[in-house]
Amino acid sequence: MLGTELQQEAERQITICNACRYCEGICAVFPALQMQRSFAAGDIDYFANLCHDCGACYHDCQFSPPHEFAINLPKTLAAVRQESYGHYAWPAALAPVFARNGLIIAVIAALSVTGFLAGMIAWNAPGALFSAHTSPEGFYALMSHNAMVGLFGPVFLFSIFAMLMGLRNFWRDANAVRMVEGAAPASLWQAVKDAGSLRYLDGGGAGCFNEDDKPEDKRRLYHHLTFYGFLLCFAATSVGTIYHYGFGRVAPYAWWDLPQMLGTVGGFMLAAGTGGLMAAKKRRLPDLVAPETRGMAMAFILMLHLTAVTGLGLHILGGTPAMGLLLALHLGVVFALFLTMPYGKFVHGLYRFAALVRLAMAKRTGLKTRVMA
Amino acid sequence: MTAQPQAVQTDPRVDVLVIGGGNAALCAAIEARRQGATVLVVEAAPKFYRGGNTRHTRNLRCAHDEGNEILTGPYPEDEFWDDLMRVTGGETDPELARLTIAESKDLWDWMNGVGVRFQQPLGGTLNLGRTNAFFLGGGRAMLNALYDTAEKMGVEIRYDTSATALDIEDGFFKSAVIEGPDGQQTVHARALVTAAGGFEANIEWLKEYWGERAENFLIRGTPNNRGTILRMLLDAGVEPVGDPTQCHAVAIDARSPQFDGGIVTRLDCIIFGVVLNNRCERFYDEGEDFWPKRYAIWGRLVADQPDQIAWIVFDEKAAGRFMPSVYPAISAPSLEELAEKLGLDPSAFAAEIGRFNAAVVDGEFNTEIHDDCRTEGITPPKSHWARRIDQAPFHAYPVRPGITFTYLGTRVNREARVLMQGGRPSANIYAAGEIMAGNVLGRGYLAGIGMTIGAVFGRLAGEGAARHVGN
Repeated sequence: MLGTELQQEAERQITICNACRYCEGICAVFPALQMQRSFAAGDIDYFANLCHDCGACYHDCQFSPPHEFAINLPKTLAAVRQESYGHYAWPAALAPVFARNGLIIAVIAALSVTGFLAGMIAWNAPGALFSAHTSPEGFYALMSHNAMVGLFGPVFLFSIFAMLMGLRNFWRDANAVRMVEGAAPASLWQAVKDAGSLRYLDGGGAGCFNEDDKPEDKRRLYHHLTFYGFLLCFAATSVGTIYHYGFGRVAPYAWWDLPQMLGTVGGFMLAAGTGGLMAAKKRRLPDLVAPETRGMAMAFILMLHLTAVTGLGLHILGGTPAMGLLLALHLGVVFALFLTMPYGKFVHGLYRFAALVRLAMAKRTGLKTRVMA
Repeated sequence: MTAQPQAVQTDPRVDVLVIGGGNAALCAAIEARRQGATVLVVEAAPKFYRGGNTRHTRNLRCAHDEGNEILTGPYPEDEFWDDLMRVTGGETDPELARLTIAESKDLWDWMNGVGVRFQQPLGGTLNLGRTNAFFLGGGRAMLNALYDTAEKMGVEIRYDTSATALDIEDGFFKSAVIEGPDGQQTVHARALVTAAGGFEANIEWLKEYWGERAENFLIRGTPNNRGTILRMLLDAGVEPVGDPTQCHAVAIDARSPQFDGGIVTRLDCIIFGVVLNNRCERFYDEGEDFWPKRYAIWGRLVADQPDQIAWIVFDEKAAGRFMPSVYPAISAPSLEELAEKLGLDPSAFAAEIGRFNAAVVDGEFNTEIHDDCRTEGITPPKSHWARRIDQAPFHAYPVRPGITFTYLGTRVNREARVLMQGGRPSANIYAAGEIMAGNVLGRGYLAGIGMTIGAVFGRLAGEGAARHVGN
């Protein structure tokens, strides 16, 4: 018997989908579920994480509500997905964070920003926060490079570790009854292409749906802006780190230098993409929204948006007295983002990627049923 | 001073009135609008249920000389013709059949042009990948594209609105009374396209031919196909076509909803087991031929059993070998316990299975061919794929007749114009879709041909109606 009520409801619907199969051309979920006859809890979580929430199956389905079969996979799988994040969280004691995610992340972000503000005021000379912009070291006058690395490094490494542990839990559960093996490199590459292009966020070619029954949704574009903007920002930081340790070139960098260029372009993309995603989320057809997922999704997009906006603000107003405040704000938001990465919607990318890898493997080498001891 | 009477909505006037909201109706509406006519579509269903049985379809059969990115190979007109002759046994109007097949060649491009998307079939339906174009997302997705196109072109669509009376004089349509959320109105139109389906959801009408048995029929599609418009046309002197007593009936899961259960209620496992009625008797050769060739006889066979119910019984060997369906099989560790769960006499049930098992001649089981697994010495025999039902747990699906569509319709000519009794074409009444499919498909069924007939005659009706209006 399947674990949670949500998983049972998803299994009920998926059983009907497996008998119908009209949606098999829409996305990855249907070909995946058509490979089996019965569904374990780990299978349901795997399907839920394969779903990109494009909404096409809801509008195409002859059995959506008000039909008595009441099929609404986008909504149901969104709820299962969020539940699965808690289920796979490491350490398990932090799983409840997913249940009240929006509130918790907002509180952590506020505390983090306050902490940076208070720290910068306490550790520096009175008034330094508002005059540091004239100092030759730039914002390192307020917080040294070593202090930043010392604070962010461990948190970042912990988050990476926690997410890898979550990924391990997910993979173990997905393969508990039927497992995939072989063809890993080719499948990884396939998943990189599928995820990188958001292949399954387009309703099988017709486009995806958001506010109404017309496939005119722009979320794929917004997500590309967000994801690639984030990557550029991350690249800016990485290049800066290499400059610092590899070449002894210390920030601040000129506007044309790589860290600045990457950060500026990435920042604008991230700000625009997250802005678009937030607006799309507000307009989304209520029938497709699992209410319990709202807080988590908004919190994550908002955190990314704030990261971009404060970063850009720092970039543009870095030479003004506002620099100190903006730095505290930016570092506070980024710190909170890093800290909560394993316990917020950031993990959706990891589990979805893993699910895409698993599907690619299953398509190449099939599913093997485990022999139960 | 007396109070002003409430503003009465003016009765609509349009060039073309389309009654119905499925594939044929929308093809007609789009085509008529393209020719410049003003078009009103009245659909009896609410928006979600729009489109009648088109909602439950998934592909369209079309002739083509070459394969493309979706269709896996050529499907010449002659082959389509042979297929149609095979399933109808020649019960077709050859001229209209040739016309349908020839016009079907245009449908691929036409459907793409109105935003319908296609996909390659994956599992289960691969055998149709050459002859049939599968809608991406199925029939409702296809309908969504048609409606979107029609709306953008300026076709007016009213949901929850049915035509309750037609004013037809000597084969000439003058007006229709419609009833919807705005109350009752009289629509004056210069041409009428009737695309409102058959009468399979009208149990009272089915009873005229099937008696009380029809009470136990399940309707696989829309509850709105009550034949109201068909009846009005026939009463107005339109010539009927097709055997009124016939319908396409398959055996579907008895637990299905009375209407709109659609594709998921089908059961493809009869060749893997035996079928017993409520007296625990087998009544037909379950292995007579390949399933696709025989599935459509089982509705009628079950309709002829007491209380119109039967059970497909199979054992663990067969589990998982056929397409899954919406409800789980009823299972038990022994035949007697299974019978009890089914509400049947355990000893009679076990005895009948025992008789069957004793008659099985061992062979090499193979569902790809007419294999040599058969019975000897029992009536009815099981000619192929017969294996003893002896491996626990045992499983059963209850089945009832599931009605897909009816064959009775209005006779039409090459322009989709209805013919009055005596053969004279109506001046301005057209028919398309299931309401006239009997002209082409007088018997039997060929996957995807309902959509072909609907689209071909829908387009002809729309064109013809607009041309009539223009004259």
